[in-house]
Amino acid sequence: MRNLPGYAELTTGFDWSIAERELGYKPGDPINIGWMCSDRLCTLGLSKKPALIWEDYQGNQKRYTYDDLRTLSDAIAGFLMEIGVRPEERVCLFMDRIPELYIGFLGILKTGAVAQPLFSAFGDESLSVRLRDAETSAIITQKKHLHKVRKIREQLPFLRHTIIVDAGDAPLQEGEVSLRMDELPKLNNFAVYPTSAESPSVLHYTSGTTGQPKGAQHVHYSIISQYLTSKWVLDLQPDTVYWCNADPGWVTGTSYGIIGPWANGVTQVVLDSGFNAGRWYEFMETHRVTVWYSAPTAIRLLMKEGADAVQRHDLSSLRHLASVGEPLNPEAVIWSQEVFGRPFHDTFWQTETGCIVITNLPGMPIKPGSMGKPFPGIIATVLNTRTFEPIQEPGIAGLIGLRPGWPSQARGYWKNEAGYQAKFKNGWYLCGDRASIDSDGYYWFMGRDDDVINTGGHLVGPFEIESALLEHPAVAESAAVAKPDRVNMEVVKAFVTLKRGFEPTDDLELEIMNRIRKRLSPLAMPQEIEFVDSLPKTRSGKIVRRILRCKEFNEPVGDLSTIMEE
Amino acid sequence: MDELMKVIHDYVVKEYLEEGDDRVITEMTPLITGGIVDSFSMVSLKRFLERKYSIRIPDEDATPDEFDSVQRIAALVRRFQQSQQVGA
Repeated sequence: MRNLPGYAELTTGFDWSIAERELGYKPGDPINIGWMCSDRLCTLGLSKKPALIWEDYQGNQKRYTYDDLRTLSDAIAGFLMEIGVRPEERVCLFMDRIPELYIGFLGILKTGAVAQPLFSAFGDESLSVRLRDAETSAIITQKKHLHKVRKIREQLPFLRHTIIVDAGDAPLQEGEVSLRMDELPKLNNFAVYPTSAESPSVLHYTSGTTGQPKGAQHVHYSIISQYLTSKWVLDLQPDTVYWCNADPGWVTGTSYGIIGPWANGVTQVVLDSGFNAGRWYEFMETHRVTVWYSAPTAIRLLMKEGADAVQRHDLSSLRHLASVGEPLNPEAVIWSQEVFGRPFHDTFWQTETGCIVITNLPGMPIKPGSMGKPFPGIIATVLNTRTFEPIQEPGIAGLIGLRPGWPSQARGYWKNEAGYQAKFKNGWYLCGDRASIDSDGYYWFMGRDDDVINTGGHLVGPFEIESALLEHPAVAESAAVAKPDRVNMEVVKAFVTLKRGFEPTDDLELEIMNRIRKRLSPLAMPQEIEFVDSLPKTRSGKIVRRILRCKEFNEPVGDLSTIMEE
Repeated sequence: MDELMKVIHDYVVKEYLEEGDDRVITEMTPLITGGIVDSFSMVSLKRFLERKYSIRIPDEDATPDEFDSVQRIAALVRRFQQSQQVGA
């Protein structure tokens, strides 16, 4: 374990310039994440060090050194520039967890364009919403997902290039082009685009209570906090073999699945496989993983499989475990201490923060169930829900607020300034979550403050689901809320009223579920649909999801008088 | 492939296999590990099986392992068909 000073010592006098100096960045100089995560490590003598060891569910492997990252990302950047991709244009990555996704991300950034990774399980509707909003110019995808792009092509007037990484000899349509990463010509002296600290880098879509998902706009300077939080929170060291379970379609998979680990020059392993406890343990044993960044949903699935499954493998290499996405329940912390000999460290952050903001640092005593304390340099508090003033008394719940200005803070929502400004009150950025702080300064999560559903560590917005439900010919009205789930913490439950002439049958429920799964994503699929005669509404006809949600969680609804009068 | 496995196989191919995925699905193809069915989608597959075969599969038995191939799913269905007939 790294010898980090105590929390108080780390925090006192902290300044982000520590990370700037370690990365060799001077304010005012150009800074490019793609270069920082590949070329820079080569200048430090790490050209031959394994950067990425990739394995699929069948055990096929591919290995890439830092010099491979450099040359392949240069080649992808050159390819993109040759087909006409320009700086600040959005280039979507829509692939499974294959090497082209990880290396393509760096390549896009090297052109000065904006990387827009999207979860490959998104259906055509979810894909369309996000590409239309971002006015994406190009999309890099695989044959298996091409049908979704083709289906929505006419809705995307800005999309000029569909780039397929495994097209083989398959016939392509107009606007489609093949890219075989391993066959691209090597470029000598490729000139990385001179992006600045505030140049846009990554656009991550995230769901909110109202409206469609919003694009959180990040900049190249975000690497400063992503680098340092990776180093201190995840304890990345020169000999680390690191595994982050998260898909790069989500912010964890980019901040801590690409930028953080490679900026720190560690060896990262990636498993392109669905969940299988035995396979996961075998993978960690084979590659002697030392640091593992996982999620509560996965941990709970592993707990279900039991300690026997762990004991069949030698996981003595594991040095540090961390978790992200939703609050880590105390049982999981205790279980991991028992079976792995060390506890998972919970970390809290979100798409808009770009990096870990509240966390259990290595060496810090863990209180199972607690989020931990603010990372040095992050000023956090809990705010009164009416006055938005910091709550001074320990144990009183309020809204988690962060003082704006940390390096990876999202600079805005794409084309939605009003939505972005609504996240700030009284000089604080509101995360949308509630917590309390105990007398030792530890934060305790209390829940979301809005209608967003946190399922398996991913936020899903009700509006998107309800809109898709309304497209079904049988559905008159709909409401999507969270329902508690032992493994995923929450899952989506939909309440639906039917149009005249339709009957509430089991077959109809299954048909609607499958339709949402394919149009949006498996995450957004209601795991239960309840057919009702009516939905609770305000005087003006707005559906009050809170009533439905509280019933699911067996919680008191609280004072609705002002809401119902709206 | 027997009739039960064929029904499961055909449903998986129709509902879960991506249009552009040219893998041939056999009774042994890893469905979960192979990324064809994820843990969220499993719920709709479980619902289909319960309705089709008038069985109830408890959540604790609906694990990624049990749903990782057509063959395993068929074995799971048979197990609950038998136990729920005996119990009836």
